[in-house]
Amino acid sequence: MGDATRISEDRAATVREFQVWRGNRDGGEFKTYTASITAGMVVLDAMHQIQATQASDLACRWNCKAGKCGSCSAEINGKPRLMCMTRMETLPEGTVTVQPMKAFTPIKDLVTDVSWNYTVNKKIKPFKPKAPEADGTWRMQQYEVDRAQEFRKCIECFLCQDTCHVLRDHRKHDEFAGPRFLVRAASLEMHPLDTENREEYLKHGGGIGLCNITKCCTEVCPEHIHITDNAIIPLKERVADTYYDPVVQLWRWIFKPSGTQPAEPKH
Amino acid sequence: MDIQTIEHDVLVIGAGGAGMRGAIEASNGGTSVGLVCKSLLGKAHTVMAEGGVAASLGNVDDRDNWKVHFADTMRGGQYVNNWRMAELHAKEAPDRVRELEKWGAVFDRTKDGKILQRNFGGHRYPRLAHVGDRTGLEIIRTLQDKSVHEREIAVYMECTIIKLFKQDGRVIGALGYYRERGRFVLFKAKAIVMATGGLGKAYEITSNSWEYTGDGYSLAYHAGADLIDMEFVQFHPTGMVWPPSVRGILVTEGVRGEGGILKNKEGKRFMFDDIPENYRGQTAKDAEEGWRYVMGDKNALRPPELLTRDHVARCINREVKAGRGSPHGGVYLDIQWIKERIPNAPKHIMKKLPSMYHQFKELGGIDITTEVMEVGPTTHYTMGGIKVDGDTQMTTVPGLFAAGESAGGLHGANRLGGNSLSDLLVFGKRAGEYASKFAKEQKSADIPEGDILAAQNWALAFMDSPAGDENPYKVQQDLQVMMQKLVGIVRVEAEMVQALEGLKVLNQRALKVQAPGNREYNPGWHTCMDLNNLLTVSEAVTRCGIRRKESRGAQFRDDYPEKSPQYAKMNMVIRKAADGSMELIEQPVKELPAELKAVIEEMK
Repeated sequence: MGDATRISEDRAATVREFQVWRGNRDGGEFKTYTASITAGMVVLDAMHQIQATQASDLACRWNCKAGKCGSCSAEINGKPRLMCMTRMETLPEGTVTVQPMKAFTPIKDLVTDVSWNYTVNKKIKPFKPKAPEADGTWRMQQYEVDRAQEFRKCIECFLCQDTCHVLRDHRKHDEFAGPRFLVRAASLEMHPLDTENREEYLKHGGGIGLCNITKCCTEVCPEHIHITDNAIIPLKERVADTYYDPVVQLWRWIFKPSGTQPAEPKH
Repeated sequence: MDIQTIEHDVLVIGAGGAGMRGAIEASNGGTSVGLVCKSLLGKAHTVMAEGGVAASLGNVDDRDNWKVHFADTMRGGQYVNNWRMAELHAKEAPDRVRELEKWGAVFDRTKDGKILQRNFGGHRYPRLAHVGDRTGLEIIRTLQDKSVHEREIAVYMECTIIKLFKQDGRVIGALGYYRERGRFVLFKAKAIVMATGGLGKAYEITSNSWEYTGDGYSLAYHAGADLIDMEFVQFHPTGMVWPPSVRGILVTEGVRGEGGILKNKEGKRFMFDDIPENYRGQTAKDAEEGWRYVMGDKNALRPPELLTRDHVARCINREVKAGRGSPHGGVYLDIQWIKERIPNAPKHIMKKLPSMYHQFKELGGIDITTEVMEVGPTTHYTMGGIKVDGDTQMTTVPGLFAAGESAGGLHGANRLGGNSLSDLLVFGKRAGEYASKFAKEQKSADIPEGDILAAQNWALAFMDSPAGDENPYKVQQDLQVMMQKLVGIVRVEAEMVQALEGLKVLNQRALKVQAPGNREYNPGWHTCMDLNNLLTVSEAVTRCGIRRKESRGAQFRDDYPEKSPQYAKMNMVIRKAADGSMELIEQPVKELPAELKAVIEEMK
């Protein structure tokens, strides 16, 4: 990602082979298709070409085609990616595999059941602002809102949820909110106006202790949010201040948090 | 009858900004709300809005107020706007923006800690509250997070409405299908809010997603509602043009608001060449003054790159046609040049335009902090839409409301950037409020089984049509190519008449489209149904385009290049006639009251 490779003008269309997972809840298999690749094409274009010419019922989600809506998440050559932001030129020669996100139940082909995420979101206590100034509005400085703005860049592609081993391998969907919703909680907890306390939820319902900071989520984030360093670790610290969390204690002992300064506690 | 039936007081169709804001208001009104989205919640087109939301907060320039915003909106719309909507919009937008802050939105800040505002085309003062260049995402997430905690709102995701039902003249419900399993669902409702966005997918080059197939216009039209001024389709001047796969993706006007300039292949800044008469008193005389405006000098006038979108798009079109375009048929948009004027320009660009930086770097292989962008016009927005009452947003069909891009009138012949986000907040709220009030006065009604069956059978016919030998994707593509060519940015009568003939052929082909496979998440089947809406709205755009024999705002007629005093007073109204054909009626534009006329005079 972030590849600024110059796009070649005169490159003739090349034919590439794709292995696309076709199936539903009951199972499925990879099927082989080909697509004619022109300059600058992304994987989503190839899926649309296959849809228009070879498999009109091939299911995939998409909307903006510009990395802003987070709909077209899939696993490309085994890696969680947005199909609209994965340029064909950046993939190695040979067959490209495209399959649905593994952390969620397949619905059909590349479409998975992500409804669990919406259920988790409801459990996070809403924004509760402090009293406004006399004129009914609030004053905040840009440096105060920078941190919350980083988290609010999230496009809900759920790639972080997909890659997180707590969900992907250990299937602890009932105990763990996943990186996306720790980021969401952080966006509220570090909002300069918010007065709510979400530590109880983070510790128990959200299962923040289950994260052992392997940073896989940060690596796949298409918005380049520092999920682990800026959201999860500061939240763990808050919770640890109240409850004790050995992982954070160990982490603090070995390293100092990298990236930016931990947020100021607001209470 | 074996069909899932759900009953709500208010059914909101569409879950972008207008739909969600409407749902929140209807819920506040104590009515139960069903919120139907064609995609997942939070993915609607609002998320792609970049530059900002227009509201005369006066935080950056205290000379701004609702009167200036009102006059700017009317001038931009070339005075065929619904003045009542323009008035309410200008008056209420500041409260709607401040309300978002109360609900948790985090806008960029001024030095004194208030909501920051930026320059945009056609706005006299810096007016757009924003969050970098991802303002739409901020708004949609704020509304989403607010609405999920509203007890009265039930959300139906990946659900598409295909038919509205009426009884005794008023709407009583709708039929939809879930994409997941292809099962039908019947919604009974006492009021319906249409918030389905626009019709960009009728065109080949568009910034719009697959969802934008004119569903709301088409559903409302077939239910007997009037559509207004459908000829006014906005071509945003700056979409990406290279590489081919990203052609049409939006490049925010914010680039120009932050000092970006347009140049042709000879390196000439061509926007100074043609400044429309009614903007001469508001436009910088040279590059120096334009830059001072960008830097916040209150005595400077705005650079010509910030003229209205219709005009900028036509200037780009002119340069390309005259052979002065860039290698891939666009012109150059240059923001990197500001390094000559300010220190740390690359850092500033990445802070103010992060998603543009990201988009060009990853999709175009271009670093906008050191290189120029190639841009050209892209189909972006529909000013026309369902005709509504300015105060209540009710359409000509009782119980049917419309808001946001679905509704027509606010923007007249051309929309100013930033006025769509404020539109959907102001009128989403109003539609929700009045739909809720209307619903409280109604009793629920039973939908006749025959009507439900007929709608289901229509949908299912695409699955196993023995006569079917047409690929829906191909028919859709042929329609897009035709509309782009014949009813695009520059129009002439003969070509639009040819388009009407073409639509007849495409309508015949659309009867033969078929979708192999089963009903489970089958995009081929969905495309068959969406195609029907696209064909209806394309006909409406074309008929209005032919009838308005003048150039005004987004409609540019090569055969009638001037504004006409006759059409200055007319709105084009589309209605389904008794025999099922499409009827066009010219309706006089409503006269402005004296006090608003005075406001426009004062701001000239």
